[in-house]
Amino acid sequence: MMEVVPIPPFERLYARHAGEVLAYLERITGRERAEDCFQETFLRALAAYPRLTSARNLRGWLFTIATRVAIDERRRRMPAETLPEIAVGNRRPPYAELEHLTDGLPPTERAAVVLRYGYDLPYADIAAALGSSEEAARQAASSGVRRLRGRSIA
Amino acid sequence: MTVPVQLDAEFRRRAATEGLLDVAYTLTDSPVGTLLLAATPAGLCRVSFDPDPEAEADALARRFGARVLRSSSPLEQARRELDEYFEGRRRAFDLALDLGSVPGFQREVLRALARVPYGATSTYGALAAAVDRPRAARAVGGALNRNPVPVVLPCHRVVGANGTLVGYGGGLDRKRALLALEGVTLA
Repeated sequence: MMEVVPIPPFERLYARHAGEVLAYLERITGRERAEDCFQETFLRALAAYPRLTSARNLRGWLFTIATRVAIDERRRRMPAETLPEIAVGNRRPPYAELEHLTDGLPPTERAAVVLRYGYDLPYADIAAALGSSEEAARQAASSGVRRLRGRSIA
Repeated sequence: MTVPVQLDAEFRRRAATEGLLDVAYTLTDSPVGTLLLAATPAGLCRVSFDPDPEAEADALARRFGARVLRSSSPLEQARRELDEYFEGRRRAFDLALDLGSVPGFQREVLRALARVPYGATSTYGALAAAVDRPRAARAVGGALNRNPVPVVLPCHRVVGANGTLVGYGGGLDRKRALLALEGVTLA
C-alpha cells in the first residue's frame, strides 16, 4: 500500500528550501538574475500548490520549477545575446532544445539531464542542486538519457 | 545560504497581494504575550495565545488549504486595531472575520457574544438564552472555549452566574487582565 503523505503548509516547504533554491539559481542564472527568478519560482510553486496530489519529493518539484524559470528567463534574453551564434550556426542553444525533449521525464531525471547537457553543470553541482550524491545525479542523468533514447526509437 | 531579508519580505508580500494564499499569518507582541494572527482572503480566522507556529500552520492548512505562509501585510489592520485595544484606545473591532469553518451552533453563540459590549460582562446562561437554547449553558461554554478569534470576539467577557471567572481558553490570568484593561473588576 502507498503511504499517504499529507501536503505540508507552504511555509514549511519555503522555510526548508528557500536558501538552497536561491543558491541553485545563483549558480545557473548568475547573481543579478537570481533574485527575480527566486520570486518567480516560489510564486509559481504557490500557484500550482493546490493541484499537487502527493507530497513525495517536493524538493525535486521545487528544483524543477526553478530550472524551468531559469530556462524561461534565459530564453527571454536569448535573441539579443545569441544573434551572432544564430547567424553562424543557425542553432538553438542546447538548453532550449532540451526543454522540449525532456518534457515528461520524471522531475529528477529531467533536472539532471537539463543541468548536465543543457547548462553543462558538473555532476557535483547537480548533486548539490538535487540534494543527492554525485553518483545518484549521474545515474538520474543517464537514466533520463536512456529513457529519451527509448522514446526516440519508438 | 540564507535568503536576504528584503528578498524574503518581498516574496511574502507578493504572495499575499497576488492572491496566492489560503491563509496568511503573523506573530505580534501584546501585554498578554505573543499572539498569532491569521487571515484568509475573507477575513481574520485565528487569534491564538502562546502559539506554536508549526502546529498552528498544520491546523490552518487542514482547515483552509495548504497555501499557508507567514506574511504580515494582510494582517496590518488587525495588528493595529489590537494594539489600539491593548493601549485602551479602542473599544470595538472593525475587522472582517472568516468564521466559515465554524459549525452552526458555535457560530450562533459567537454572533451573540459579539454583542456583549466593551467593559460589560455576560453569563453562559444569558448567552444560551440569547441563542434560544436556555438550557445549553454548558454547550455555550464549550463553544466559547473553541472561539477561534479570542479578544476580537470577547469570550473573556463571559463569566459564571455568580460572577466568578469560571474558565478561559487562554488561561484565567489572561481573562482577568483583559477584563481589568476594560475596567471590570470581579470578586
